[in-house]
Amino acid sequence: MTGPEPVSVTMAQAINAALGDAISADERVLVFGEDVGALGGVFRVTDGLAAKFGDDRCFDTPLAEAGITGFAVGMAMGGFRPVIEMQFDAFAYPAFEQIASHVAKMRNRTRGRVELPIVIRIPYGGGIGSVEHHCDSSEGYYAHTPGLKVVTPATVDDAYSLLREAIDDPDPVIFMEPKKLYWSKKDVALPARTAPFGRSEVRRPGADATLVAYGPSVPVALEAAEAAAAEGWDLEVVDLRTVVPFDDGGVAASVRKTGRCVVISEAAGFAGVGAEVAARVQERCFHSLAAPVLRVTGFDIPYPPPMLERHHLPGVDRILDALDRLQRDDEPDTRYLDLDGAA
Amino acid sequence: MTDVRLDGRASDGGPGALLPSARPVRFLTDAGAAARPRPRYPAPGPDLLRRAYRAMVVGRRFDAQATALTKQGRLAVYPSSHGQEACQVGAVLALDDGDWLFPTYRESVALVTRGIDPAEALSLLRGDAHCGYDPHRYRVAPQCTPLATQTVHAAGLAYAEQRKGTGRVALACVGDGGTSEGDFHEALNFAAVFKAPAVFFVQNNEYAISVPLERQTAAPSLAYKGVGYGIRSERVDGNDPVAVLAVLAAAVEHARSGNGPFLVEAHTYRLESHTNADDATRYRADSEPEEWRRRDPIARLEAYLRRRGHLTDEDVAAAAAEAEDLAARTRAALNADPHPAPLDLFEHVYGTPTPQLDEQRAFLRDELEAEEVQS
Ligand SMILES: Cc1ncc(C[n+]2csc(CCOP(=O)(O)OP(=O)(O)O)c2C)c(N)n1
Ligand SMILES: [Mg+2]
Repeated sequence: MTGPEPVSVTMAQAINAALGDAISADERVLVFGEDVGALGGVFRVTDGLAAKFGDDRCFDTPLAEAGITGFAVGMAMGGFRPVIEMQFDAFAYPAFEQIASHVAKMRNRTRGRVELPIVIRIPYGGGIGSVEHHCDSSEGYYAHTPGLKVVTPATVDDAYSLLREAIDDPDPVIFMEPKKLYWSKKDVALPARTAPFGRSEVRRPGADATLVAYGPSVPVALEAAEAAAAEGWDLEVVDLRTVVPFDDGGVAASVRKTGRCVVISEAAGFAGVGAEVAARVQERCFHSLAAPVLRVTGFDIPYPPPMLERHHLPGVDRILDALDRLQRDDEPDTRYLDLDGAA
Repeated sequence: MTDVRLDGRASDGGPGALLPSARPVRFLTDAGAAARPRPRYPAPGPDLLRRAYRAMVVGRRFDAQATALTKQGRLAVYPSSHGQEACQVGAVLALDDGDWLFPTYRESVALVTRGIDPAEALSLLRGDAHCGYDPHRYRVAPQCTPLATQTVHAAGLAYAEQRKGTGRVALACVGDGGTSEGDFHEALNFAAVFKAPAVFFVQNNEYAISVPLERQTAAPSLAYKGVGYGIRSERVDGNDPVAVLAVLAAAVEHARSGNGPFLVEAHTYRLESHTNADDATRYRADSEPEEWRRRDPIARLEAYLRRRGHLTDEDVAAAAAEAEDLAARTRAALNADPHPAPLDLFEHVYGTPTPQLDEQRAFLRDELEAEEVQS
């Protein structure tokens, strides 16, 4: 059996293809939101869908995120499978009431009688030189809300496959699209199917330490692993793919093997997804750990203006610096000792 | 009890008193002649109109300069208000110095009209700071990007001024798209319930990025949105500077004299793409902006003022010179590289930084010092 030939596809195109294929496959699937119709979305992710499938399948709404989301709840109760778009991370906040109080809780409140198969697509994260409110890493809010699945692809084929799975899922899925990877390319044959929800993926095998990353941080982790190889470190890079459900087994297996772990996330570190990963690793792998689990994250500040963002985002150097602090020689981490002593 | 309103219509306390005119108020024809019938609003005097003319000419030049600088990579993004100058300038000239303006990202021209230095006004869009100017100094809130969220702030600020008895007014700018957000409706309701001296100024430029007005509302006019909240509402030809000034003056006066909020819908048009990053040809015909160019606010006011002998060739030349001067200052300021300090990241997150922020600042400082050593 021969499948289609792999061709070079961007992540945005893969998401577009997943939406189109889902619309074709299931007449209940509808795509709606702000500027998703004629314009094809501000990132062109829905380009051509309205023209191809008609504007009853892909359509613009009034400009109101709470409205879009609440409307989707009603439509899902009425038998449709809405795939809605929030234009940017921070512009989903008006919808938070609907998401936290209804989207996340409907199944539980109704003892399973009402399902909400809704996908909320949210372009997120920084690194694209955008002004405030266009660069937030908001995954933590959703991951902290029981009832929501939180998915974030880092590769082109995952973007396709995870979105198809999200649309088929009977539960609501927050589908977080790393904006800075929209134009990343890979040779893939669509429709591609990758591992299902709840499975992390080893993107680079290694023996000395595990870098756990997700979404926009995965390519950064891979780059850091390359750079570290030159310094004699053999790093394993684990891509979470789905923050919820979380792959405890996969992450723990890697860390038990390497004995060291650094978690990388663009979001502010405090009370973020990175903290959750570090806690879970520590709970499960304590006796395998040769060093404390470290986090390399954004600072605990509002996302800075674009001219300063490079100082905020976790980059290769910060990851290498963390590796240096993984206590190969059994010395305590002086970085914290000094500061705690001074305080 | 019946009192007579500024526009001459009787108020009997019923909803009719709140309703906007059937057609947008206009003083000028598209060609800049006096429109008939004459609106019931008092016409602004020649001095104010001459100021408005000058500010529009300067504002348009500034807008073109900002667009050019964006093409040269000097701004991260620029949302042009080309064609909306009557609204940009009118919103500012309608206010006293002590009054507050709540602008959106599209209000760069309003900011420079308010006297804000061009580099400070463009800081957000250039990308060196979230807000380059001191809001208290100019009584201009930070430009707001999350749509319509600023309207509630304007209601609250207006109420604060009312509580203090200052007689100050707050004017909130919002777009046609923004009127669909829940916050807009909550702002109207709060302002009305608390009789806050707020003016809601909707620049209906027909589009919210690609989405045309008919996808935002089924109402006959966005000005009808005020009526349900008990707010006196009006619609105005937003490309007629005389009408914009007349109606906004009445709205501000209404609010200032304790009658509660006022909603003005200005019918205007976004001649350019949403921002430099947008491509309007994907969703509208080229003929559409062409139509609107015939209703150019500057040309209309110029024709009107010249016909009445209130504007001479020298005045026109002086306005053009002032515009070139501001453009030159803008170029000079924006062509110089700003050097926002990386350690500033940790300033102003809290009044007093948390211990964690102190720690993170120390990390970054070490990192920067190491970079220094390397280079
Ligand atoms: C809450 C929120 N949702 C979405 C956006 C993204 N966005 C920025 S401008 C815009 C269109 C706004 O249209 P309108 O209110 O008519 O103002 P205009 O840009 O035409 O001046 C959109 C959707 C945003 N800034 N805030
Ligand atoms: Mg608009």
